[in-house]
Amino acid sequence: MTQLALVIDLNVCVGCHACVTSCKEWNTSGDAGYMSDDRPYGEDPTGCFFNRVQTFEVGEYPRTETVHFPKSCLHCEDPPCVPVCPTGASYKRPEDGIVLVDYDKCIGCKYCSWACPYGVRELDEHQKVMKKCTLCVDRIYDTSLPESERKPACVLACPTSARLFGDVHDPDSRVSVAIREEGGYTLMPEWGTHPANHYLPRRKTHISVHVDELERYDNPLKKEGERPRPDISEPSLDDVTSW
Amino acid sequence: MHPAFSVIFLTTLIGVGQGLFLALYTAESYHAVGLLPAQSPQFYAWGAWVAVAFLVAGLVASFFHLGHPERAWRSAARWRTSWLSREVIALPVTMGLMFVYGAVHYLGWDLARFGIETGLPGDLTLLVGALGVIATFGLFLCTGMIYASIRFLQEWASPLTVLNYTLLGIVSGFTFATLFAALFATDLVNFFGGWAIIAILAALVTRVSSLLRNARIRYKSSPQTAIGVRHSRISQRSQGFMGGSFNTREFFHGASRLWFRSVKWLFLMLVFPVPVVLISLGMSSDSPIELAAAFMVQYLGLLAERWFFFAQANHPQNLYYQTVG
Ligand code: SF4
Ligand code: SF4
Repeated sequence: MTQLALVIDLNVCVGCHACVTSCKEWNTSGDAGYMSDDRPYGEDPTGCFFNRVQTFEVGEYPRTETVHFPKSCLHCEDPPCVPVCPTGASYKRPEDGIVLVDYDKCIGCKYCSWACPYGVRELDEHQKVMKKCTLCVDRIYDTSLPESERKPACVLACPTSARLFGDVHDPDSRVSVAIREEGGYTLMPEWGTHPANHYLPRRKTHISVHVDELERYDNPLKKEGERPRPDISEPSLDDVTSW
Repeated sequence: MHPAFSVIFLTTLIGVGQGLFLALYTAESYHAVGLLPAQSPQFYAWGAWVAVAFLVAGLVASFFHLGHPERAWRSAARWRTSWLSREVIALPVTMGLMFVYGAVHYLGWDLARFGIETGLPGDLTLLVGALGVIATFGLFLCTGMIYASIRFLQEWASPLTVLNYTLLGIVSGFTFATLFAALFATDLVNFFGGWAIIAILAALVTRVSSLLRNARIRYKSSPQTAIGVRHSRISQRSQGFMGGSFNTREFFHGASRLWFRSVKWLFLMLVFPVPVVLISLGMSSDSPIELAAAFMVQYLGLLAERWFFFAQANHPQNLYYQTVG
């Protein structure tokens, strides 16, 4: 079974919102209709987005770290939003695991948005149907596009390649390897939703140097210069070579 | 959660209708075993139809909740998994049975008309009514489970939610039945009024239990699990947009703490003690005025109760929408 998903590298994301704008650009222009905005240049702008980039601060000044955190539907393997939908408009595709909403069936009851713990479903205030990330289902299979472009718009847009796309059920896919080898994790595991999307944590490379490693044990007096040769009868450093 | 008035009216109105029907059927069963005097068929018929009217009013209110009410028929599709879908089926079934119950009373039919001799007067109404009672409790279960089944809305995810929906529906229905009896069957006023007060006391226990439970909830989700960073200090600096969105409107009640607390005390007063006093007064004076006041005060209280029920629920998605930027 295939489960397409995104893997988002928080170590690399710079919070530029390129994925947000490219997502909106692609999805508002598609067959499924526009994603409505209200008062985009007014005082209280609002609109429907599939993807948001948020910023969190970890720690307390001055020891803080800024985490830019892109968030879209996680295409849960056990999606709580699907069984609650009374019409069957929300469904999970068996062939690739993408969770979708059929805009022609949705009655806009909002129940599925209550049943998603991550707050990634947004009601389109003008079409009055529930919308969410489709993993760009209308481009990833489009054979008229070159192979390299059959990826979600956000993945193509990311200037730092913080977003990986692939099949998380294939153990050798790039995303699976990244999850396995770089500490990929899921959000709110406490609800058992088994999100398909994973996040890679912030990672820093540390070397640990002990104090005694800062001093050469064979030069305790810290004297530089040619060192006394051992006597021919004494054992050498490696016990093999001798003068 | 943001309390939607359509849902507040839906759940309170159908609660009154369901409770009223249960009250009528209780009186009829007491009569069947000889504990209460007989009533005119019109009393039951019109009572049941008033109950249907409450359900219809609730149904109409619910349509205001939908983005596409013209597609509402589709919502019966997923009854296998969705409590909302089950409610959509249970509601018309209950309405239908209540209507038929009223009609059978009105026409004075019994099973003998279909060639089944039981020798029991009113056997058909008792049978249809029993089916109606099952459907009514089924509807209470569906309504309650819509909320109780969302496991991460921890204030709701409890059997108390279903119990409260059921008992508060019964409370308002019996209070209405007392008023209805004061107008059309005065010998039932004390019966309905007595049960209304007992139901109020029972509902007080379960509703206060759920308030106590909710006051001690430990949330399973935290900013740590929301973004997956293990640090005791995480604060949001930006939610990614400057204006509002569906997520900032649908999941926050937006009222002040003072208002929120006042609503709690308001509904605790209006649903429980005030109607008990008014019903007692109405029972002793047999006057519909006090009973009408009891029903109206209690209904207002139930609107406040439902508002509070929604506002109190804290959705984990709110962890992602703490600061505009
Ligand atoms: S992230 Fe939310 S909307 Fe997406 S599949 Fe999971 S529960 Fe459903
Ligand atoms: S809003 Fe649409 S997709 Fe969501 S539960 Fe209702 S009908 Fe289903």
